[in-house]
Amino acid sequence: MSTKPTATSEAYVAVQQSPEFQSLRRKFRGFVFPATAFFLAWYFLYVLLSIFAPGFMNKHVAGNVSVGLIFGFLQFVTTFAITFMYARWANREFDPAAEALGDHLDGSAK
Amino acid sequence: MTSLSTLATATTVGNPKLNIGIFLAFVVFTLAIVIRVASGKKTAEQYYTSAGAFSGRQNGIAIAGDYLSAASFLGIAGAIALTGLDGFLYSIGFLVAWLVALLLVAELMRNTGRFTMADVLSYRLRQRPVRIATAVSVMCVSLFYLLAQMAGAGGLVSLLLGVSGDTAQNIVIAIVGTVMVTYVLVGGMKGTTWVQIIKAILLIAGAFVMTVWVLGKYGFSLSGLFQGAVDTTSGSSVEKTSKAAEKLTTYGMKYGKDTTTKIDFISLSLALVLGTAGLPHVLQRFYTVPTSKQARKSVEWAIWLIGGFYLLTLVIGFGAAALVGPDRINAAPGKANAAAPLLAYELGGSTLLGIISGIAFATILAVVAGLTIAASATFAHDIYKEVIKNGQATGEQEVKVARIASMVIAVVAILGGMLAKSQNIAFLVALAFAVAASANLPTILYSLFWKGFNTRGALWSIYGGLISSIGLIIFSPVVSGKPGVPTKLADGTMANLSPSMITNPNIDFHWFPLDNPGLVSIPIGFLLGYVGSKLSKEFDAAKYAEMEVRSLTGHGVAEAIDH
Repeated sequence: MSTKPTATSEAYVAVQQSPEFQSLRRKFRGFVFPATAFFLAWYFLYVLLSIFAPGFMNKHVAGNVSVGLIFGFLQFVTTFAITFMYARWANREFDPAAEALGDHLDGSAK
Repeated sequence: MTSLSTLATATTVGNPKLNIGIFLAFVVFTLAIVIRVASGKKTAEQYYTSAGAFSGRQNGIAIAGDYLSAASFLGIAGAIALTGLDGFLYSIGFLVAWLVALLLVAELMRNTGRFTMADVLSYRLRQRPVRIATAVSVMCVSLFYLLAQMAGAGGLVSLLLGVSGDTAQNIVIAIVGTVMVTYVLVGGMKGTTWVQIIKAILLIAGAFVMTVWVLGKYGFSLSGLFQGAVDTTSGSSVEKTSKAAEKLTTYGMKYGKDTTTKIDFISLSLALVLGTAGLPHVLQRFYTVPTSKQARKSVEWAIWLIGGFYLLTLVIGFGAAALVGPDRINAAPGKANAAAPLLAYELGGSTLLGIISGIAFATILAVVAGLTIAASATFAHDIYKEVIKNGQATGEQEVKVARIASMVIAVVAILGGMLAKSQNIAFLVALAFAVAASANLPTILYSLFWKGFNTRGALWSIYGGLISSIGLIIFSPVVSGKPGVPTKLADGTMANLSPSMITNPNIDFHWFPLDNPGLVSIPIGFLLGYVGSKLSKEFDAAKYAEMEVRSLTGHGVAEAIDH
């Protein structure tokens, strides 16, 4: 690798096995995995409904606006909402924990 | 309404001289910016990634610029104009896909890589084979994407400059390629990024004006606009089109025909949502910011801008259906891709047409430049420096190789664009997404999240995903075998042409039924990555620890930027 190693590999292994890091990883995955599962399921629900349930999706509810179009708009809403929630969570909860651990690693490398 | 009937037969709209003038103004203006911000000698890092010189917000706008390519603007608007809500699926898939990048990829990539996608993928694996595989895959995906952009450029410029016929369109494509490579050679990543930022702002502003204009014509009622689209479409002289007009406001116009088209729809949806986070020129953008926090901010900005833009394209697409109508769209050079420019002409005459097309043209140039940088970076850094020279090349040599690679890529893109120029570009881009999702994404996710992943898994996944996706495309109806339809040629005569890439309807070697290979090739990519890893015992605990700790804490990133 062209990047200079700033800590020894033993230090990295030690950090990786530390309870602090394990909990950081759990914290990260605990947010992103369920969020991913949710948006993928929600997206494919929309895709499958629009192709296999035309009777439901193609019903017009207000003038020419169909149920399917509203579902489509809801995809935008959830995407924006997940983006907002993730950014807030990451800035408030994840970053401080990750930075603390990074500083710890700098300390042990010196 | 008399002008409409003459327009339907003419291949030119607007005033070609004005259009050429606006084009030239765009090219000169953006080139001046590129020269101002970024000329002169560059280190390899500056050339590929601007050495992390941009803020999250700037980069987010540039990502939107990169992503809102001609395909998103022209292709989606055209798909919505001709197929209604079926075209809207592209927008939704392209947008939701960003959540994969936001949640799983962007920050971790920024924390573990520096120049190219292969930096991350080869981090804890054997460098040589993985770098070669990744570079091959990056170049394939980039070329597919390039083809789409070049095809869009040909159609668009032909429409505006009043050039029709094969030779003239080919010349236009060649000129686009040449201007693009100039941007790349002069400006590197920094110059290209500034072009993206300016272009993204112009594009969103232009689309916003058109949207308000269209909605204004229908009393700001979406339902009224839809009715207008249905009315115009049902007046089509093509019986098949006029009969289907009602379906514009619902799903199924294009994909609801039979089981095959339905499965194709699912395949497309899968490729769209998983493709983005595997696109090399998007991943390359995460390196133009200094930290993972800025990478996150980039994606946040990108999602807001891209989502907002796609809402606008819905109105623009239906506006084109209502005010231009399918007959004139289909008669224009570039067909569906011409819907948005034709709508601009309908609304604001030659001036708005010239401005919107100028923006679309700048879009193509900028996206093509970004793709070229990603592809040439991987060639110079991963193949030339790390593999051929065993990591011993100087930065100067690397940049020189990258520049030569850019020129070669430009030539290939020009030739490919000439072949693909009549395809719908949103659709061509969807194929690039399928290849990216099959060959790149599995390895990216596995190497970031799965301890047991190793070199054999990576190679099986990359090559398996690549070969299956491209192989299935070759034997799909995209390349050959769609039934011929009567088509009017540029010289006015009629011919029976297939909408496949090979237009002779008698040549048919397709056996794969779907247009988009994603449904088969993406699972193959993931499965082979899993099986390959299980069959190999290789595991580097120290490198794994280093990569995982760095990816989550961002440790070591700042130091890497400084020197």
